[in-house]
Amino acid sequence: MAEKKTIIEKIWEDHVVHRDEGQPDLIYIDQHLVHEVTSPQAFEGLRLAGRKVRRPDLTFATMDHNVPTKDRENVKDEISAKQMDALKKNCADFGVKLADMFHPDQGIVHIIGPQLGLTQPGKTIVCGDSHTSTHGAFGALAFGIGTSEVEHVLATQTLYGDRPKTMNVKVNGPLGAGVTAKDLILAIIAKFGVKFGTGYVVEYTGEAVQSLSMEGRMTVCNMSIEGGARAGLISPDEKTVDFLTGRRYVPKEEEAFRAISEKWLSYATDEGAAYDKTIEIDATEIEPQVSWGTNPGMVVPISGATPSVDAVDNKDEITRALSYMDLTENQPITSIEIDHVFIGSCTNSRVPDLKNAAEIIKGKKVKDGIKAIVVPGSFLVKSEAEELGLDKIFKEAGFEWRDAGCSACLGMNDDIIPAGGRCASTSNRNFEGRQGNGARTHLVSPEMAAAAAIEGRFVDVRSYTTEEKIS
Amino acid sequence: MEAVEKHTGKVYPLNRDNVDTDQIIPKQFLKRIERTGFGQFLFYNWRFDDDGSLRHDFDLDNEKYEGASVMVAGENFGCGSSREHAPWSLLDFGFKVIIAPSFADIFYSNALKNGIIVIEADKDKVDEWQDKAQSGDFQLSVDLVEQTVTADGEVYKFDIPSYHKEKLINGWDDISLTLQLEDKINQYEESGRMGIS
Repeated sequence: MAEKKTIIEKIWEDHVVHRDEGQPDLIYIDQHLVHEVTSPQAFEGLRLAGRKVRRPDLTFATMDHNVPTKDRENVKDEISAKQMDALKKNCADFGVKLADMFHPDQGIVHIIGPQLGLTQPGKTIVCGDSHTSTHGAFGALAFGIGTSEVEHVLATQTLYGDRPKTMNVKVNGPLGAGVTAKDLILAIIAKFGVKFGTGYVVEYTGEAVQSLSMEGRMTVCNMSIEGGARAGLISPDEKTVDFLTGRRYVPKEEEAFRAISEKWLSYATDEGAAYDKTIEIDATEIEPQVSWGTNPGMVVPISGATPSVDAVDNKDEITRALSYMDLTENQPITSIEIDHVFIGSCTNSRVPDLKNAAEIIKGKKVKDGIKAIVVPGSFLVKSEAEELGLDKIFKEAGFEWRDAGCSACLGMNDDIIPAGGRCASTSNRNFEGRQGNGARTHLVSPEMAAAAAIEGRFVDVRSYTTEEKIS
Repeated sequence: MEAVEKHTGKVYPLNRDNVDTDQIIPKQFLKRIERTGFGQFLFYNWRFDDDGSLRHDFDLDNEKYEGASVMVAGENFGCGSSREHAPWSLLDFGFKVIIAPSFADIFYSNALKNGIIVIEADKDKVDEWQDKAQSGDFQLSVDLVEQTVTADGEVYKFDIPSYHKEKLINGWDDISLTLQLEDKINQYEESGRMGIS
């Protein structure tokens, strides 16, 4: 009988181009995604060395990090405009497909990959962005790289890497009603810390993970890097195949599709395969989560409170975080008042995220004094959401409805939270200054962000009444 | 990449855990299309107020650390974003060596590719060096060939994967090395093993 293998080992072994004992493997990259911020120096490196892009057909570029989300025709920031012009020129010079900011395929790179069907099980996918782990939801080995590695992939379509250590993050039991994929991944990082995954590729398994939609799986895999894991993935199943059916870069012809979907499913981890490490969490105990501090491990349930400095080992770090966040020890989460709401980012800007938030919002109003924006993950997400009438629900409630991009997740465009501002954000990082110098970020699910917009403070969305489901 | 075998320099202690790349180089400085000139923006939001004046609660610009080229940092240094602007800014500021109990994966790899010597050392040792460095005249000597850090005559041995060591010592450029394996890449592509759509 063949050796039992995890999906991680199967994908890795399938992609080894060259192996020398005692050296890192050279592995083939099936899909390279490119954006404007981490690529200019890589293209310049190619130019200086007189090199070409080896496989432009396996490379796809878009603009997402610093595109404006309104008045797009008029980019006020000259340096941003220059960076986007550089990407345009680089893609034209090197023959790389580009969805620029007016293109119908434009969106956050990790939203459009799956949407176009570029993301597929068994592929190796890289991008100069740490949230590339998102694509792992499809059973792809996907990870973020630096600009030197971007240049390496452009020139050679390969990368060096050590055979990854494997970790099984086993989620036992089902998630409770009103508890989302976002709450699950925040709870995992809160429990195991911001470096539990360092040096590993993580596979998420168990009932709660299998039950998630593809969008929910993307939310979980997206934040793997916040737990230190460069890549996190989920074995493909029928849901994966269903999601990809009919996507642009997936074979349409019946026989070809059957063949490829069989191949996809063959990558799933074999029953009984061994991991280097396994950690477990009980899904039934997870409540809606809210981050209180300045890293994604500083997270507590909505029923909880900020920590007591006496009760922790890392007193300096906790004290600094409380001070930056302008919170006191043992402060109940439900007492924290917010003045900004951001629904968007590669973590939570897909159609179901927006629909779930809209169901909370419908017929209600954003509390006075709160600035609330919704930034769909892509043009396609935006138009699908508009077909469902979500834009009207948000706008009637007092939200702004914007164009697609990374936006206030990292504030490289004009969507910045002001110093001292406090934001309920569906993004992935609550680092100091991330959303704006001096801004305070609380990471939550779209549902929790929506409820906070109405109440002006954090509330348990499970006890929140909604008018009706949107079909 | 410049070849590097040994380095001796003044130590700057950064006694904080989980320093993320958003702190090392804030997002407003990622819009440049060059690799150079990022040093001035290193730890910008910790060093400067909004009006550009120096803050007094962060000591990187304290005179006693002037010319420091070795940083001794806390756990999980460089977590978060994959921005290579982080090592670019450290290097441009003058840091040639970074020592910490642990590093985030992407930062570690990015730093090596820019010729920064990154050393994982025991937490106790890191704490000791950070304490000593408070004086502002504490030096460490790193010998990559011998894999040693020497301080006050005391020698500490560290581990580093041999291939990282080899690349640093020779200043090798990965792309040139890989292009020597072009036949293998061609063979791989022709084998149909990629075979995905």
